[in-house]
Amino acid sequence: MADRVGGDRHPVISRVGVRPAPSTVIAIVLGAGLPLAFVGVFFAWPVGAMVARGLFADGMLDLSGFAEVLARPRTLRLIGLTISQAALASAVCVILGLPIAHVLYRLRFRGQRMLRALVVLPFVLPTVVVGVAFRTLLREGGLLGSLRLDGTFAAIMLALVFFNVAVVVRTVGTTWEGLDQRQEEAARVLGAGPVRVWFTVTLPRLAPAITSAASIVFLFCSTAFGVVLVLGGTRFGTIETEIYLLTTQFLDLRAASVLSVTQLVVVVAVLLVAARARGTRTAQRRVDSARSGRAPRLGDLPNIAVTLVVAAFLALPIVALLLRSLRTADGWGLGNYLALGTTGSRNALVVPVWTALGNSLVIAVQATAIALVIGLAASLVISRRPRSAGLRRSLAGFDGVLMLPLGVSAVTVGFGFLITLNTPPFDLRSSPVLVPIAQALVALPLVVRTILPVLTGIDGRMRESAAVLGSPPWRVLRDVDLAIVGRPVLAASGFAFAVALGEFGATSFLSRPDRPTLPVVIFRLIGLPGGDNFGMAIAASVVLAGVTVAVIALVERLRVGTMGAF
Amino acid sequence: MHTSKKTLAGLGLLLVIGLAVSSCASEAAPGATPEKLVLVTHDSFNLSEGTLAKFTDETGIEVQVQASGDAGQLVNSLVLTKDSPLGDVVFGIDNTFASRAVNEGVLEDYASKDLTDAEEQYLLPAGSGREQLTPIDNGDVCVNVDHEWFAEAGIEEPTTLDDLVSPEYKDLFVTPAANSSSPGLAFLLATIAAKGEDGWQDYWTKLVDNGVKIDAGWSDAYYVDFSGPSSDGDRPLVVSYASSPPAEVTEGATEAPTGALLDTCFRQTEYAGVIAGTKNKAAAEKLVDFLFSPTVQNDIPENMFVFPVNAEATLPATWAQFAAIAENPFEVAPDEIDTNREEWLTEWAAIATP
Repeated sequence: MADRVGGDRHPVISRVGVRPAPSTVIAIVLGAGLPLAFVGVFFAWPVGAMVARGLFADGMLDLSGFAEVLARPRTLRLIGLTISQAALASAVCVILGLPIAHVLYRLRFRGQRMLRALVVLPFVLPTVVVGVAFRTLLREGGLLGSLRLDGTFAAIMLALVFFNVAVVVRTVGTTWEGLDQRQEEAARVLGAGPVRVWFTVTLPRLAPAITSAASIVFLFCSTAFGVVLVLGGTRFGTIETEIYLLTTQFLDLRAASVLSVTQLVVVVAVLLVAARARGTRTAQRRVDSARSGRAPRLGDLPNIAVTLVVAAFLALPIVALLLRSLRTADGWGLGNYLALGTTGSRNALVVPVWTALGNSLVIAVQATAIALVIGLAASLVISRRPRSAGLRRSLAGFDGVLMLPLGVSAVTVGFGFLITLNTPPFDLRSSPVLVPIAQALVALPLVVRTILPVLTGIDGRMRESAAVLGSPPWRVLRDVDLAIVGRPVLAASGFAFAVALGEFGATSFLSRPDRPTLPVVIFRLIGLPGGDNFGMAIAASVVLAGVTVAVIALVERLRVGTMGAF
Repeated sequence: MHTSKKTLAGLGLLLVIGLAVSSCASEAAPGATPEKLVLVTHDSFNLSEGTLAKFTDETGIEVQVQASGDAGQLVNSLVLTKDSPLGDVVFGIDNTFASRAVNEGVLEDYASKDLTDAEEQYLLPAGSGREQLTPIDNGDVCVNVDHEWFAEAGIEEPTTLDDLVSPEYKDLFVTPAANSSSPGLAFLLATIAAKGEDGWQDYWTKLVDNGVKIDAGWSDAYYVDFSGPSSDGDRPLVVSYASSPPAEVTEGATEAPTGALLDTCFRQTEYAGVIAGTKNKAAAEKLVDFLFSPTVQNDIPENMFVFPVNAEATLPATWAQFAAIAENPFEVAPDEIDTNREEWLTEWAAIATP
């Protein structure tokens, strides 16, 4: 990669020079080149081509569609619904996430890491399965049927919170864990009550992390697709569900393009807010997180109570799935799990579920490798603080570009692949490499967000002294940057791996029937009649969840604070 | 600027591919097979192991299957990639999307030469797909009924669409939505065929008044709200397939616990065709013939849960016993569906999901 480029031994004394050293510029250009090429070819080009199909009529750009589509009452209603849904869900996630972050990251108790791993679980479960599990609980006669939530706005809210509360917990929690507590202690000594300390000392310091987390939750919620479809009972929709409908049912590319652009504008705006919030956060001094925890006290009871209630809420659908997986036609038992070694009842599948799990693992490893190479190159570049303001701004913009795949419809990306990657050297439409590439695209932002904060946390003086002592740039990179980033890279790999394992949206567009992944197989099983196939689908989901939790729990042992934090 | 961007992209791509697919490289080793076809299909395509290998044995032509989402996504993919086709043969275009595929010119003129008069009922009208599409399988989307629930409740089972709006069956019926589920759309089309272009809206208003539950997808309706043996739901009537009841029969049972109401069915036929622009038309035609041959046709019910169309195909025993076929299913001409799809779905959404 970029490490061999700065062949000249000129020390990088950037503090003195006004311009960045030439080697830095070259390293940035090359290090940014790979990620930009990747995101350009596999994201911007396909999405751009799809949008262009809708906006160009007979070779002429026709923007009249915007006025027409955006004036439809249905469009306006959906945009409104999308924004209010996402805003409310973000608020709820923050309100519930803060006490949990406190309990999971400021206190110390046994089982804490397992709890942290469990909180991530919803993030990677197949949405169809979770949707069905939720509806089983909420429908009339279900365990929570008396709440009469089925098909309501509240049901969507529950599901969105279920999937996203982890983002707040992790992002805010890891910041909180690293906060120096002496300021709070000083305030308390000076006579401030706990509430006052919280509002005047702690909250302001957490604010950037909260804003960042809230904006990412907003992003995830405004593009949530499957879960809104299943739980909204078709009465509710988002821009995303509408893009899906317009593209797959009506082939109305013009309207779909208008909505895609609208969605992109919203997403970019939200990302800007997030980036701004993150920018201020890096200024915080972090303390060794290992020493920041303390034993729970009586005053922590309200927070612990909230945590327990939310944990129970998160566990409920998961436990429901677990119980359902143990139920077979002949009563309770492991029948559904034993069936995972077969191709299902009446030949439902091409390969046994275990084989699909094997495929998933192999593909996820490939996806992780891609995401890691690209993400590491990008993070190394973005973490530089060049003197030139213009260069700094472009790096910030580059950071944002890498996050964009989180905010664009999988249908648009999927169809985009088909219409762009069709000529050599990019004739990849039926190539098996497209699946790991698509998954890597989804995992990439998580990798960058895990590695980058650690890199930016490196004191620039370490690099400078190494350089002054005569290390060539590649050695500085190896001995300073890469040495420190080793653990976070491992953690990011684990997280990327877990996300790739569960990815379905893009995979479903590209998967080869002879080499299906586990989520693809689950989707197929859940689409077939017969209780035994359904039981197998649930058992397979439990296996997927189990593998994921195991991976995340392993990664938790690395104690990398930034994993899964935005 | 354009070129430099491409060079850069190529560089990055090479690196990435080198890293990622070393394991797949062996697959692409130059073999001795002279001909290779890509069969583009939907996610539900499934044949038992070795069936496609028989085609390779017979003809020396290798087949690579490429899935492309659900039936709607499949047709749209073909339309979007007209200039650079995804493959040589397509399977899985159904009668609700056939017209779009034909009108967009994504298919070559070829219908299997092995079709006989016995399959006449499955053919599309001349000029609307008859020349391009060969029927491969068909299935009826019908209201399914939970026999056990009705027996226990001591209520007579409904039989017609009109029964569904009678107060006796209030709050007992669940269907997937027409705008997010293909059986849901099929059921809407059944009601349009039954009540006419001006009458179905009124029928749906009555359905809504009678407490129909509308879920987003089939699995939602069938596994959550239906009271059948596969789920814990409390509604004994659900829109599903006529082939669903055999799937509910437990081994050794002599009766299916559920059944299909054969007067409520919409028939979905799935077709295969040669994709326009194929470089291997002769081989592609052979593959279409093969899909229509008894070898594949006998394999279809157990793998795709639909009926074969070839009159010479034989049905598996459980199918012969438990799977019913509607004698007079509702039908809507493919052209009419294509012209009105958007309007119907919009009107439907206004009535059913206010």
